[in-house]
Amino acid sequence: MHTMNENVLLAIVLLPLVAAVVAGLFGRAIGRAGAHTITIAAVGVSCALSFYVLWQVTVAGVPAFDGPAYTWLVSDGVRMQVGFLVDRLTALMMAVVTFVSLCVHVYTIGYMAEDDGYQRFFSYISLFTFAMLMLVMSNNFMQLYFGWEAVGVVSYLLIGFWYKRPTAIFANLKAFLVNRVGDFGFVLGIAGVLYYVGSLDFSDAFAAAPALAQESFHIGQHAVPALALICICLFVGAMGKSAQMPLHVWLPDSMEGPTPISALIHAATMVTAGIFMVARMSPLFEHSEVALSFVLVIGATTALFMGLLGVVNNDIKRVVAYSTLSQLGYMTVALGASAYGAAIFHLMTHAFFKALLFLAAGSVIIGMHHEQDMRRMGGLAKYMPVTAVTCWIGALALVGTPFFSGFYSKDAIIEAVGESHRWGATYAYWCVLIGVFVTALYTFRMIFLTFHGPERFRNAAHAGHADGDAQEEPDTASDHGHHGEAPHETPLVVTGPLVALAIPSLIVGFFTAGPVLFGSYFQESIRVLEGNDVLGEIAREWHGPVAFALHGLMAPTFLLALGGAATAWLFFLRSPALADGVARRLAPLRTLLVNKYYFDWFNENVIAAGARLIGRGLWKGGDQAVIDGVVVDGSAAAFDRIAAASRFRLQSGYLYSYAFWMIIGLAALLGWFLIAG
Amino acid sequence: MQGPGLLSLLVWLPIAGGILVLALGEQRIGAARWLALAVSLATMAASVPLYTGFDTTTASFQFVERLPWITAFKAEYALGIDGISLPLILLTAFMTIPVIVAAWNVVRERPAQYLAAFLIMEGLMIGVFSALDSLLFYFFWEAMLIPMFLIIGIWGGPRRVYATLKFFLYTFLGSVCMLIALIYMYVQAGDYAIASFQRLPLTLTEQIWIFFAFLLAFAVKVPMWPVHTWLPDAHVEAPTGGSVILAAIMLKMGGYGFLRFSLPIAPDASRELDWLMIALSLIAVVYISLVALAQQDMKKLIAYSSVAHMGFVTLGTFLAFDIAAGTGALKGAAMGIDGAMVVMISHGLVSGALFLCVGVLYDHVHSREIAAYGGVINTMPKFAALFVLFALANTGLPGTSGFVGEFLVILASFKASFWYAFLVATILITGAAYTLWLIKRVVYGPVANQNVAALTDLNVREFIALGSLAILVLVLGVWPAPLLEVMQPTVRQLVEQLMISKLPG
Repeated sequence: MHTMNENVLLAIVLLPLVAAVVAGLFGRAIGRAGAHTITIAAVGVSCALSFYVLWQVTVAGVPAFDGPAYTWLVSDGVRMQVGFLVDRLTALMMAVVTFVSLCVHVYTIGYMAEDDGYQRFFSYISLFTFAMLMLVMSNNFMQLYFGWEAVGVVSYLLIGFWYKRPTAIFANLKAFLVNRVGDFGFVLGIAGVLYYVGSLDFSDAFAAAPALAQESFHIGQHAVPALALICICLFVGAMGKSAQMPLHVWLPDSMEGPTPISALIHAATMVTAGIFMVARMSPLFEHSEVALSFVLVIGATTALFMGLLGVVNNDIKRVVAYSTLSQLGYMTVALGASAYGAAIFHLMTHAFFKALLFLAAGSVIIGMHHEQDMRRMGGLAKYMPVTAVTCWIGALALVGTPFFSGFYSKDAIIEAVGESHRWGATYAYWCVLIGVFVTALYTFRMIFLTFHGPERFRNAAHAGHADGDAQEEPDTASDHGHHGEAPHETPLVVTGPLVALAIPSLIVGFFTAGPVLFGSYFQESIRVLEGNDVLGEIAREWHGPVAFALHGLMAPTFLLALGGAATAWLFFLRSPALADGVARRLAPLRTLLVNKYYFDWFNENVIAAGARLIGRGLWKGGDQAVIDGVVVDGSAAAFDRIAAASRFRLQSGYLYSYAFWMIIGLAALLGWFLIAG
Repeated sequence: MQGPGLLSLLVWLPIAGGILVLALGEQRIGAARWLALAVSLATMAASVPLYTGFDTTTASFQFVERLPWITAFKAEYALGIDGISLPLILLTAFMTIPVIVAAWNVVRERPAQYLAAFLIMEGLMIGVFSALDSLLFYFFWEAMLIPMFLIIGIWGGPRRVYATLKFFLYTFLGSVCMLIALIYMYVQAGDYAIASFQRLPLTLTEQIWIFFAFLLAFAVKVPMWPVHTWLPDAHVEAPTGGSVILAAIMLKMGGYGFLRFSLPIAPDASRELDWLMIALSLIAVVYISLVALAQQDMKKLIAYSSVAHMGFVTLGTFLAFDIAAGTGALKGAAMGIDGAMVVMISHGLVSGALFLCVGVLYDHVHSREIAAYGGVINTMPKFAALFVLFALANTGLPGTSGFVGEFLVILASFKASFWYAFLVATILITGAAYTLWLIKRVVYGPVANQNVAALTDLNVREFIALGSLAILVLVLGVWPAPLLEVMQPTVRQLVEQLMISKLPG
């Protein structure tokens, strides 16, 4: 096999779409079993073919595929096509996306068993798979934008899946609008590419990148480097989708969606689209130091400051969400340091251990009868051993314990930032270093509060359950909603996936770090300029995964992580009174963190309220008072007086027959002229 | 002289059908309904050969018919189509069908006359888009307003007289100015052919006067800010079908007028005044989107959304000069006009569908207030799915027709100026905000009240009307190439024409 078969690629993309359409439109006819059978079969085949493609590009040495499927439109000589670019970067993403999606599909059978929207849910997640594949396999900006928005829409539909909950339909609108702010930048970036390159195909844009780096763009009197403008605009799109500050606000709220979706769309796949996009665009970004510095600083800020929010939150699912934000920040930092390979590698390891942490959190929530507040947990390890052990594995991977998968990816990022001499790299280095401490702090705080220490659930008043919504998260356990009873381990449909995800969280880094991080895995799919190759620098000191991990045991990062874990132990397990004392002394800082730096407050009270106020003002003041009140009604009144004087009345009955005869008369006249002429 | 052909059939078949429906009358309403449906379907069928027989390699007029009409004025009965008019005619021929289907047994007062009005209007509107003689154009332009006045005036809401009067005043003023301009050029050119006007050399002063005369007529129709305030009132008072045709077809006549008259007849004035057109367009997009956010009436919200989207049409139409001046080449100048055309077609489908959706709700609950709804999805899941689809199309979601035109206009406006693109692209945010906030309040949430609890989902008739629109919206979004292909030569020729000065000497 020397070339990729286009039909295989088409099948990978289209099978989930067809399944989504069938499950969505004919859900009632095919029933629950029909819906999950067809979608799982489609995504399963898609997944198998994706792994086949991955095998082709990595093992069999088949060259990358770059070709059109059909012409979308031709306007003014610009041909916009739908097509695929499948190289090693794409193939890796395809494998991750379809595999993760297949897991969600299977998991959903158990998770949504009680839900009325069963078929709808399967239709959505299949549609998501299609959209995500369109995004990662695109060979042009138009289709990239299509996939970009399409995953956003499916996310919108899924966050609002339980549409009766006011919080869910608030969260999905918020998510869509914040993403649209990112897309606003993204579309301007695309327009910039077309302006300078004259084509929306990646290959043309990449070829033009070196020349483009010399161009400058005039905004008013100011000349700005054209490529920096384009790259920053594109990155604003990534900030929306991958939830970088200040466009991160939608992600914590997206936890209103069903838990498997939080885990797999809002942690493992869709939110990494921005990371993937920048890596895909590495031939453009590499030529703009300004843009890369921007990426670096935004990512570092997100990595540190979003992690801090995890320290004060008490909702177990939201702590994991803030952790996701922080880890997305780490990936972004890697992009900004030109360590694209490290970013993609962290994307992959993170997909496993974060999905594991989310599903473990979901398992705790089920075991605790829908309690999400960690202050009412404690000591659960005794009752939920499998969940506790797998969650520990995920936590150790997350904090970067040597030999765990997260260690290889995170350490590579930190070292790469340390090697980088780009503007902002020093700031970023401090952020990611302190971030290690913070990560360990919030992670072990969560672990200790949930699984260890005193049992706080027995006398807990369930204040958080006053919402009384008709739609509850479905409970796979049989004893639904009996508060105050002992927690229980969850059934096999829940623990099974936990174990399945714990294994790669443990070992995937050890086996793949060599080739993916420091080898030549990505080949031409990621381009790094000579002077920027920080990963290449680190690679010189790479002597295999064991040596790397042993070295890591003595590195400052590991000590920082230990420090974070020890602090968490001291404050939240050993003597909680001490934590309260510290919290009192740092009250202003705590207030700032509890209010999430006031981003939500600002957006709701200044931006949203301001827009409504301006809209109302323009409507009442501009349209109604000035245009209608003065201009129109003034002349209408004048007309009315004339009409009254001439006994002409706008009475429907008269006007009606009069006008109809007028048309018929006109038609007759026209016809007569025709015949007579 | 070419005799009557397909275009005449398309103009007169629905008019004759309308008169027959009228003749059947309210006593034989069953037969009248089926006849109206048959006529609208036959018109649609008759429009298909226009597309299949259309030569996409030439910019010249096709399916041309010429007959002497008012020989004293050298006015001809001349019809013909090019790549600009063909898509609009197809849209017109299509959109009448869902209107008739949706009205089936919902309109209780004088239903036969209601259906007849729409059929007659269809023929007249096709006449507007196919007239090659400006006097004939003017005849259709004015005549088509009469059924619309009647539709709002008879089947409209409580403030229908105010709305009709406002509509009439606005359009009347514009039309008079246009007629004066046409007569002025007739005196110069010696006949009423639009082609003669396009060839006519005119001084800059003359062109500017003519440009403003046309601007008054067309800007009201589009409608452009600040002459848009008749539209929300007209929509609110109009019955469902009236709103659909108003939004889907009638607004497009303004955009068509700019492309057919203003640009080619007064290219130098257009070049001089393009800043004004661009400024008004950007105000429409930014200002009106914010106004839409404040609306509490569903129809007003969609009406304001229409004004904002039509801002894309006028912006795309007048970008060519800036692009040509900035890049020193014609390349890229046509993309704005392409985008404007696609926005017109897509907006016709999407806004028409949104008004049909509101009509379905109104038929049951008799309120257009957003606050009167909530949780419609619980009782009308099929309806909710389609409503959400059209709402997403309205926000310019890729994969729907709403994306294509807006994307092209944004791409083209970047070539003219970064700030144009910046301002016009804000609709990504504001458009999503007002449209999806509407969806949140109306469709999602728990069942809000007894009216919503009593709703029943779409019947077959409503499902066919909305479903066929949904299919078109999706097909055009996924594969817009055929639409673009049809108009390429015409748009290219138009842009070339624009770059040639008509100033004498």
